[in-house]
Amino acid sequence: MNPHRLIVSAVVATGSSVVTYAAPFELPSLPYGYDALEPFIGKTTLLTHHLKHHAKYVATANTLIESGSALLKNLSQEQIMTAVSSGVELHTENVGLFNNVAQSWNHNFYWHSMKPGGGGKPRGLLADKIEKDFGSYDKLMGEIEKAAMTTFGSGWAWLGFDKKSQKLVVTKTTGAGNPLTDGITPMLTIDVWEHAYYLDYQERRQNYVNAFFAELVNWDFAESNFIAATANDTGETEEL
Amino acid sequence: MSKLTFILSALMAGSASAFSMTMKAQSGSNLRREILQKGAAIATAAAVPAAAKAYSVPDLNYPFEALEPYIDAPTMKIHHDKHHATYVANINKATEGKEEVDIVALQLNALEAGPAVRNNGGGHYNHAFFWDEMAPPDEAKKTKPSPALEAAINKSFGSLDEMKAAFEARAAPGALFGSGWVWICVSGDELKLVGTPNQDNPLMKGVADSVMFPILGLDVWEHAYYLKYQNRRPEYVSNWWNVVNWDKVSENFAYVTEKKAGVPVRG
Repeated sequence: MNPHRLIVSAVVATGSSVVTYAAPFELPSLPYGYDALEPFIGKTTLLTHHLKHHAKYVATANTLIESGSALLKNLSQEQIMTAVSSGVELHTENVGLFNNVAQSWNHNFYWHSMKPGGGGKPRGLLADKIEKDFGSYDKLMGEIEKAAMTTFGSGWAWLGFDKKSQKLVVTKTTGAGNPLTDGITPMLTIDVWEHAYYLDYQERRQNYVNAFFAELVNWDFAESNFIAATANDTGETEEL
Repeated sequence: MSKLTFILSALMAGSASAFSMTMKAQSGSNLRREILQKGAAIATAAAVPAAAKAYSVPDLNYPFEALEPYIDAPTMKIHHDKHHATYVANINKATEGKEEVDIVALQLNALEAGPAVRNNGGGHYNHAFFWDEMAPPDEAKKTKPSPALEAAINKSFGSLDEMKAAFEARAAPGALFGSGWVWICVSGDELKLVGTPNQDNPLMKGVADSVMFPILGLDVWEHAYYLKYQNRRPEYVSNWWNVVNWDKVSENFAYVTEKKAGVPVRG
């Protein structure tokens, strides 16, 4: 299969309410103030996480894209991730390219996965689908908390929609990994790199995970992703 | 019950139960840590007999604040008392009821033994190794590589400065992505620079090109430096040289060169 076709088919498979366009990528703003998630995630954490970590991934991604294959300049972050993980050689530093592009995407998705005054339970279509695929909200919580707690080292835990089985799934990835590359559309994510919680919780990752789901999680965002993913499935496209 | 009332009560029930879960988890883990700390203290105080079944957290050879200003006291305390202690507790659990294996020997087949042994056995060895190769800055600056180590460094890297530069490059966030360690190892009659992910180390078969014997290792997990340096890992790495005890590194070099085996650690 030629790389162009591979990339095009990868794009069609990607459905989410977070969509990026071609490079140079900008550092997206946080959807809330730096102190908006206090006391569960401190202002210093968000400032560092967004303006240092996230910003560095975006800047490095842009630098690599600039010096890589000409093809890269027309691709979205989703396309780059999927292409690289399918083995398309877009840069001599393909792994670094993947890591920085995926971390750019993952962080933006993570910011939206939280909101001030979040928490509670999912509603509507997503709640119905959770009931159907996991048995109950509590069972989903058990699985996703386990994924967040057992990611060893740096990584992410996700709620995703598996297009093939048409089911919601819980998955975890290490480093910059993103479930899109396994045909799973992200609905929600929690960052479990230590930098996401170390200033506020140190080694107590469990307390961070508990606070994330009890106080911050943005189920409306997850539901909008679910609607986008299932709408995409019927041939419609949605770009927000 | 109307749909709205149902949603509202579900929301309230949801947040209430999640909140009580937070409280429970917190007190549970505090208790566990206390037990761990006491267990470690007892094990250390009793001068562990050879037949002891458990791995233990070795006391530091220096106070928590001794590596200031390069590594801060809160970082050292949490790193030692919480992170290292958790690896020790988990490797004891993973090896419970099995024949006792020295922690150095446990590394060789750690990949085959599965994630519990690999991650926690590696975590224990790596941290025990790390504490002992460091010293307070005023002591550290009086140490230097032995003539034999210096010759090996010059042969493999050109000079100590060149080795440090290569080491710092390997430890940069883009080169060692995520959590892991950077090592100087003896491999045959050469020194090799190796980066390993998570708690892997070059004593583990399958991690590097061949099994190698570390003489120097740096923890670049974020928990090793985040409280003081946050995203500035390169600053942590270049500052770290100020607390490297080259006498101990030279001892490590002499040991692995003679024995062709991993350096023993305390605990």
